[in-house]
Amino acid sequence: MDKFGFAQSQKFDTYASRLLPREEYFTSGHRSCQGCGEALAVRWVCKAIGKDAIIAHATGCMEIVSSGMPQTSWMHPWIHVAFENTAAVAAGIETGLKILARKGKIPEPLPAVVAMGGDGGTSDIGLQALSGALERGHNFTYVCWDNEAYMNTGIQRSSSTPYGAMTTTSPPGKRSIGQATWKKNMVAIAVAHGIPYVATASPSYVFDLYFKVRKAIETPGPAYIHVLSVCPTGWRSATDLSVRLGRLAVETGVFPLYEVVNGRYRLTVQPPKLRPVIDYLKPQGRFRHLRKPELDLIQRQTLAAYELLLAKCQAPYPEFPVLSHEEETIAEGA
Amino acid sequence: MSDTGRVMLLQGNEAVVEGALAAGCRFFAGYPITPATEISEVMSVRLPAVGGVFIQMEDEIASLGAVIGASLAGAKAMTATSGPGFSLMQENLGFAVIAEVPCVIVNVMRGGPSTGLPTHVSQGDVQQARWGTHGDHPIIVLAPATTRECFDLTVLAFNLSEKFRIPVILLSDEVVAHTREKITLPHPREVEVVERLKPTMPPEWYIPYEDTPRGVPPMASFGDGYRYHVTGLIHDVRGFPTERPDEIVPFLDRLFRKIHQHLHEICRVEEFLTEEADLLVVAYGSVARSAKRAVREARARGVKAGLVRLITLWPFPRRWLEPHLRRVRAVLVPELNRGQISREVSRINQGLTRVEKLNRIDGRLLTPEEILGRLMKM
Repeated sequence: MDKFGFAQSQKFDTYASRLLPREEYFTSGHRSCQGCGEALAVRWVCKAIGKDAIIAHATGCMEIVSSGMPQTSWMHPWIHVAFENTAAVAAGIETGLKILARKGKIPEPLPAVVAMGGDGGTSDIGLQALSGALERGHNFTYVCWDNEAYMNTGIQRSSSTPYGAMTTTSPPGKRSIGQATWKKNMVAIAVAHGIPYVATASPSYVFDLYFKVRKAIETPGPAYIHVLSVCPTGWRSATDLSVRLGRLAVETGVFPLYEVVNGRYRLTVQPPKLRPVIDYLKPQGRFRHLRKPELDLIQRQTLAAYELLLAKCQAPYPEFPVLSHEEETIAEGA
Repeated sequence: MSDTGRVMLLQGNEAVVEGALAAGCRFFAGYPITPATEISEVMSVRLPAVGGVFIQMEDEIASLGAVIGASLAGAKAMTATSGPGFSLMQENLGFAVIAEVPCVIVNVMRGGPSTGLPTHVSQGDVQQARWGTHGDHPIIVLAPATTRECFDLTVLAFNLSEKFRIPVILLSDEVVAHTREKITLPHPREVEVVERLKPTMPPEWYIPYEDTPRGVPPMASFGDGYRYHVTGLIHDVRGFPTERPDEIVPFLDRLFRKIHQHLHEICRVEEFLTEEADLLVVAYGSVARSAKRAVREARARGVKAGLVRLITLWPFPRRWLEPHLRRVRAVLVPELNRGQISREVSRINQGLTRVEKLNRIDGRLLTPEEILGRLMKM
């Protein structure tokens, strides 16, 4: 699995808030809703990306609220692309830079290439382009802002919407409990491409988010980061609870924070004891209609998924089969 | 429900849903996009209640794909989108034309190209609706102007689509889609609903793409017991791919003939004060409403103006427009694009009269004053 190598820097385990950069690359003054978890996430991700980067951004909430003049917030070179082709455009940028560098037209080191999109632009319409870019192995980082529905067009379900959630196209009623399918596991899909770095992150855990993005940027080859961004408007939650909800998602095991380096899973934030899922669902109006059986089902499913993840994290390192040329050396040594 | 129908306060998008349900639509696959999202939202509530199916797909390509599948399985199916999504649908649209799959596609036009002006009105997709998918192909495009017409034309779109086995595009626009009006919906009994022609012969006699006098072969649903092959390749009468010139030409000819020999059933225009009109306004969609008032006010000021409102955009109602072109002094074509229908009017005009354009591309609606001002100068 180590076809791309690792992030070279080893300084990811020590952190102190005074060591984080003061520079803002996603400035204030944008038009996002009150309590937007996504804007918070973008700010920290941009800090972590650093100065030298080019960003391709899919159509979505963040594009709408942050790119209109004069409220534009981006300090990076930034291109808004169509809904479905962020990863493809990023792939083009990365390849273009590489070729220019090879011809000596631009100096190295090259700027980082980052693609960003919402959960719809990543897991629904943009999945094909993302899969292609991950498979071709471009040196870029893809960041998905997962607010679990199409919030920009007015809260329609996406394949990232959790089971039971109310959206305008999965309305609960007598015959429906809301969203009837389970959230698509985008991280597993990204891991299945055999890329060197995949991680989940949350702006409620800023240091964790910061270092994961740094690792992703420094990793040669494609990297994918899935950021849970709380959306008070779409989740029907109080605007002062955004950071709290992000924490609850991790503490209840709904959205565990982990990273997958060259296929090896590691939990980065391990709550000592999981809270009941109801703590996370209760403050959100989108789950208000759920009754006991559905809540139990969600609890069971969450624990099952968490257990599966723990199993992946603790999987023993497999013994390597002895290769043919090694057999000879062993024989010689003997 | 009373016999006189229901009085409702609806916006155009909601009226489209009502029309679709009245026409028997029981399958909707869509993807959220401003300004067509309301159609998906209302469908997601209404369809399950009448035993239908609503699916939100992963993109517009999949949406039309699912609609084609549902239609082949025998359901009346529809999708709704706006410009960017309509661009993605073009390949499947061509498939629906060549495989002769009835379906309805609602395109609520917004400013383009690309992401363009998502929340503002435009009529920029008129030529795309005609020529968007590749290759020579026939297509039917209808353009509603009022909320009530959103209802009526959705029913008509389903009827034409079922009757001629062709995808029908309902080309609404942002103003028509979001204008809330009081309308009286007809009683379901009063709504004329056409069902597709099904084969009645024994299965072994069935030739799925056989030429008939109407040019429209009967269509078996999957599971009816009739064997047939559906493909996007040019196919022979049995539905299997062919490269023989003597089969290609009759097949393509029939695709066009089934539309062209039934123009009187498809083409619709509304004439307003056109008797002895001296100046003619040709308009469609939301602009036609501004044009109507402008014409009325021009008449009040002694200018003999008239309006031909195009309801069917494609096939272009040439026969309905030509008599007027021979007679009037000048024609004004107000549009929210750079002249997509005025181009067509000029083409059929062939020097009969003077054709002038009045265009607005800033995402705002043409006002009656603008049209009136221009009419007074002509």
